[in-house]
Amino acid sequence: MATMVSGLAVPARPARVALAWAFMERQTNLWKRYWAWELVWLVYGAVNTLAVTFIANQVDQSGIAVGTDVKRLVLFLLIGTLVWAYLSAVLDDISLVISWERWEGTIEHTLMAPVERWLHLTGMVLFGIIHAVLRTALIFAIAAPFFTVDLAQADWPAAAAVLFVGSFSVAGLAIFAGILPMLYPERGIQMSMMIQAFVLLVSGVYYQVEVLPAWLRAISHVSPATYILDGIRGAVIDGDSIVDVWRELAALAAFGIVLIPGGMMTFAAAERWAKKTGRLKRQG
Amino acid sequence: MSERSDTETLAGLPVPRPDAALVVRDVVKSFGGGFDVARMLRWRRNGHGDAPESGRRRVVDGVSFEIRRGEIFGVIGANGSGKSTLIRIISTLLLPDAGDVRVFGLDVVRETMSVRALINRVSADPSFFRNMSAMENLMFFGRVYGLDAPAIKRRTPEILERLGLEWERALEPMAHLSRGQQQKVAVARAFLTSPVLMLLDEPTTGLDPRSKRDVQAFIRKVQAEHNASILLTTHDMEEAEILCDRIAFLAGGAIVAEGTPLELRQRIARGRPLDEIDMETVFMELTGRDLAEDEQPAGLAAASV
Repeated sequence: MATMVSGLAVPARPARVALAWAFMERQTNLWKRYWAWELVWLVYGAVNTLAVTFIANQVDQSGIAVGTDVKRLVLFLLIGTLVWAYLSAVLDDISLVISWERWEGTIEHTLMAPVERWLHLTGMVLFGIIHAVLRTALIFAIAAPFFTVDLAQADWPAAAAVLFVGSFSVAGLAIFAGILPMLYPERGIQMSMMIQAFVLLVSGVYYQVEVLPAWLRAISHVSPATYILDGIRGAVIDGDSIVDVWRELAALAAFGIVLIPGGMMTFAAAERWAKKTGRLKRQG
Repeated sequence: MSERSDTETLAGLPVPRPDAALVVRDVVKSFGGGFDVARMLRWRRNGHGDAPESGRRRVVDGVSFEIRRGEIFGVIGANGSGKSTLIRIISTLLLPDAGDVRVFGLDVVRETMSVRALINRVSADPSFFRNMSAMENLMFFGRVYGLDAPAIKRRTPEILERLGLEWERALEPMAHLSRGQQQKVAVARAFLTSPVLMLLDEPTTGLDPRSKRDVQAFIRKVQAEHNASILLTTHDMEEAEILCDRIAFLAGGAIVAEGTPLELRQRIARGRPLDEIDMETVFMELTGRDLAEDEQPAGLAAASV
């Protein structure tokens, strides 16, 4: 509804929820249209989960480890691959916030809309998290029948709490990564993918971080994914409660408190610089 | 709708002044420059040519003009004359290096959100999510301007019908539509939000003659019905004469002449009958350039080796 000011119709400010929802609805429509790519990533994720977790079966058959150790290894690898499938989906959806607009040629029309950038990013974060949850659940549904796992001891509320709190810290990291395509139109997306690769290396996705060289192990402490994996493995494999994983939850909350507002402020500063230097054009 | 005084704010945002739709004062914009390693190495090897830190291009050079409320103002210039850069500055996508731009009294740099709520834009390239339908695209672009789904669903068929686009085409992916149909959807996107200042950046470039006439007719009708203020950039002299109340010629990043089509013709008439002078001749005589030739931006340093 508009308000008249001396004969000029000034549009009413829309509700913030509605503005964030616009981006969630758009991304949902986009992914429906790109269903073939969604199928590709689903199949790739399921195959990756199976391929890595079958290593535990190899270890069992070769006699290197037996019984409980093999069962722990199956769960260790299964959790690692599923959590990575989730985290990489969140990182992709959010870090591509500028790249996708550029590919489609819509960057100027989207960025000149009267939406505060933090609302735009919030919509993308919420979509990214929901999308990642759904995709990971499907991957688990496909992969789980291939393995015999005992989940009787799992503390699901603790695992869910770690994933929930950790998602925001990863979203904050993804917002930082999303700045790179804005600053570097030609190479930014490659740079943000390298960040993702580095997170995979140092966070203990497929192995304990203790096996890393000392200098990489030190870096693992600043990756939110390390704490997500530790917390979820503790909850699912060892039955750790929410109280038992408080250190991981505290670290992830601290990451989230720093990375999300920090990411949004840095994004705003980068956008201002891009507007100064003319980098918001569709071809960069 | 409620009345408020000019001195109040609306939801914490400054209230716009309605007397001048757009005021552009002494705007300057340059690109490039800075330290360039490749240029430095060539300079050292050759021992001459541009210094490594040169190469800054002034694309908009002290441009000033005003658009009155309810007016269609045309800016004509060759490729590279700075038209699109000017549009981007007004659209809040570029920060000017100097000067002042105000939309209904609101500063495009300091009051960006308020300005964005009042404007919309059609560019030469339709710019849509190609695999989404026109309706899905319009739903998104309408929502981010604060329209709700029922309003978008109600207005869209009406606007598309006036543009000559069948409703069924709006449900197909944009990639399935012709260039002319896509541009009609782009025009629909811009007018869907009822902007009080419309920025049309070569909106009919590349369209077939029928689509061009449909879009021009729509612009005239909507402008008349809603008293919208419009900034139109174009190469097309005939389009400028048909649509614009006043025209400015942009050359070398600067405005070299401004006036109604009649006034511009009178400036170069020198006794000739006005109806024998076409606007292309007016452009060439007043700017010293051919509209068909691409420009070098003002202030361009000598080309490096």
